[in-house]
Amino acid sequence: METLLEVRDLHVTFSTYGGTVKAVRGVYFHLNKGETLAIVGESGCGKSVTSQAIMRLIPEPPGKITKGEVIFKGKDLASYTEKQMRAIRGVDISMIFQDPMTALNPTLTIGTQLMEGLREHQAVSGEEAKIKALEMMHLVGIPNPKERLKQYPHHFSGGMRQRIVIAMALICEPELLIADEPTTALDVTIQAQILELFGHIQATTGVSIILITHDLGVVAKIADRIAVMYAGKIIETGTKHDIFYDAQHPYTKGLLNSVPRLDLKEERLTPIDGTPPDLFSPPRGCPFTPRCPLAMEVCGKVYPVTTERSRSHHVDCWLQDERAQQLLARTANQ
Amino acid sequence: MGKVILEVNRLQKFFEISRNQTLQAVNDVSFQISQGETFGLVGESGCGKSTIGRTILGLYDKTAGEVLYDGKDIHALKENEKFQLHRKMQMIFQDPYASLNPRSTVQEIISEPMEVHHIYRHKHEIKERVYHLLEEVGLQREHANRYPHEFSGGQRQRIGIARALALEPDFIIADEPISALDVSVQAQIVNLLKEIQREKGLTFLFIAHDLSMVKQISDRIGVMYLGNLVELTQAEALYERPLHPYTKALLSAIPIPDPVVEEKRERIILQGELPSPISPPSGCVFRTRCPRAMNICEQQKPPFQEIEPGHYVACHLYH
Ligand SMILES: Nc1ncnc2c1ncn2[C@@H]1O[C@H](COP(=O)(O)OP(=O)(O)OP(=O)(O)O)[C@@H](O)[C@H]1O
Ligand SMILES: Nc1ncnc2c1ncn2[C@@H]1O[C@H](COP(=O)(O)OP(=O)(O)OP(=O)(O)O)[C@@H](O)[C@H]1O
Ligand code: SF4
Ligand code: SF4
Ligand SMILES: [Mg+2]
Ligand SMILES: [Mg+2]
Repeated sequence: METLLEVRDLHVTFSTYGGTVKAVRGVYFHLNKGETLAIVGESGCGKSVTSQAIMRLIPEPPGKITKGEVIFKGKDLASYTEKQMRAIRGVDISMIFQDPMTALNPTLTIGTQLMEGLREHQAVSGEEAKIKALEMMHLVGIPNPKERLKQYPHHFSGGMRQRIVIAMALICEPELLIADEPTTALDVTIQAQILELFGHIQATTGVSIILITHDLGVVAKIADRIAVMYAGKIIETGTKHDIFYDAQHPYTKGLLNSVPRLDLKEERLTPIDGTPPDLFSPPRGCPFTPRCPLAMEVCGKVYPVTTERSRSHHVDCWLQDERAQQLLARTANQ
Repeated sequence: MGKVILEVNRLQKFFEISRNQTLQAVNDVSFQISQGETFGLVGESGCGKSTIGRTILGLYDKTAGEVLYDGKDIHALKENEKFQLHRKMQMIFQDPYASLNPRSTVQEIISEPMEVHHIYRHKHEIKERVYHLLEEVGLQREHANRYPHEFSGGQRQRIGIARALALEPDFIIADEPISALDVSVQAQIVNLLKEIQREKGLTFLFIAHDLSMVKQISDRIGVMYLGNLVELTQAEALYERPLHPYTKALLSAIPIPDPVVEEKRERIILQGELPSPISPPSGCVFRTRCPRAMNICEQQKPPFQEIEPGHYVACHLYH
């Protein structure tokens, strides 16, 4: 499998009047061509900041990429100039956000906005741009595209707007689409339509997708691989099967246990006690230590080494370390 | 299950949004809640859930129909009766950030309703009560002197719950009490509400759009669509034997966090968009998106009827 994107040791901080927020603290992951990678984790863990860093959209100041590489098709985007990045954004890599309204200009017609993206980057005639725009409207399932092109964003419902944003993101045929909570603001029946659309788009265009979400149901439906994020770190990665059926990290397990399932009778939910740490002064060792039912002495002191459970499955937890297993066995015998 | 405590009969709440436009937020909704029961109300954004909650509390006037609490028409109460009623009925809101006064300490926030209702004579009694409430919702007495911004979302929601419990209410309306919280914290709050409900025998109206969470906490569930109640039954039956085409689509649209189950699931993808409550479709409000719509659906509004014991549906397929 060909690697399209590889992020290595990414660090992002924000200086605020309360202190420096260490939002992303050494993130590693990769994305293969044609696959969907889901980044999951709770609010504030650094999912959006990670994706903004890939696109070099971190507001500077207060933000700063302090370290790391973002290798896209062999080139390190972290070292690109703003001018070079402009040629990448929307062309090779596109991004869509949770709230479709912020991505659309309320004073311009949908058609103008769709064609603008294309004409900015490619030498196409007005007629060609229009044909392409209609093709995109068709791809994302908007009925009567000819008439709809002449309308303004407020003429569309939330679900339709998100379709248009997706069309805009795809019009230059990017190789990578980053979708940050693309369905969170939508109703479930509309979400189902949009998720269906993602599958259709990937099958037709072969685009690779990074999907950021906190909804494990959505992940179960459309991800190939999953990266679980906690307090600015990716703590476990694996295929969908690795994560859902062989989760190793206590946080991943806790997260999976805390979501209710429509198809099961559950007497009681199993929440994770406590709350995520604040990122002004993240704990020195494993950030899950204060909430982890299995935490050991070493956990609060040293960040765990990444263990390879299989070629696809990686875990940052001391329990994976043989020495910890021995220790656990010893305490169990006592 | 106890006796019926809340009765909503053919309730209508319309908003006049301009001289010639009326928004039909709640149209002809009927249900009953028994003492000690948790009743879940679900449906997609804008279907009228919060409006029902607010109309039940008397925060909105009704357009037609009636709301009886303990046999009394709450929209016909005198001021002092209303005041007394608000002691018994409390509300927990969605946004733990917006609903707590940022300039008040936790102590002040929780004791305010007790002071308004002159529950205790002495300051120290109130203080003790606040400590007790804090512990009851899983916080500590040390938290009393802090301000809301010093707490996480889940902790703030606990403060909101402590405040709602301060007057020892019989009935609590929780409007999306967990939607603003993290997944792992949502489960904490749902468990807390369940425990409190069981211990105190409270009656709950639990409003939410997340059906998997609602199923967790509710005894019975009502499903709404565009201002109408379309189905109502036991929580389990709703999942196992949904009858209304909208309920079926809604259930099938919720992804299940289990890839193997998810792969095998049959999905009903609804076509089209939600119509506007200003000009809802004639006949059955769901007919513009219903895969089973027939001629009669356009002409006649299906009555909300009991199809099996305790299972109500508004759909022509079942008449
Ligand atoms: N512009 C900014 N200034 C200061 N801090 C920021 C800024 N943007 C993000 N942060 C901080 O960085 C951390 C990570 O934020 P991020 O938006 O990546 O979280 P997230 O995982 O996307 O969460 P959510 O699920 O809520 O979207 C948070 O603590 C956030 O407060
Ligand atoms: N005070 C008001 N004036 C005018 N229209 C209103 C008012 N309150 C609610 N509405 C409208 O009534 C309808 C029902 O709104 P309501 O808030 O009850 O929906 P909901 O089911 O609670 O939705 P959500 O899940 O988004 O909270 C919506 O179309 C809304 O815009
Ligand atoms: S490293 Fe330690 S604290 Fe962290 S998840 Fe593993 S066992 Fe728990
Ligand atoms: S009444 Fe008709 S349109 Fe309405 S849900 Fe039933 S079959 Fe569908
Ligand atoms: Mg985010
Ligand atoms: Mg509401």
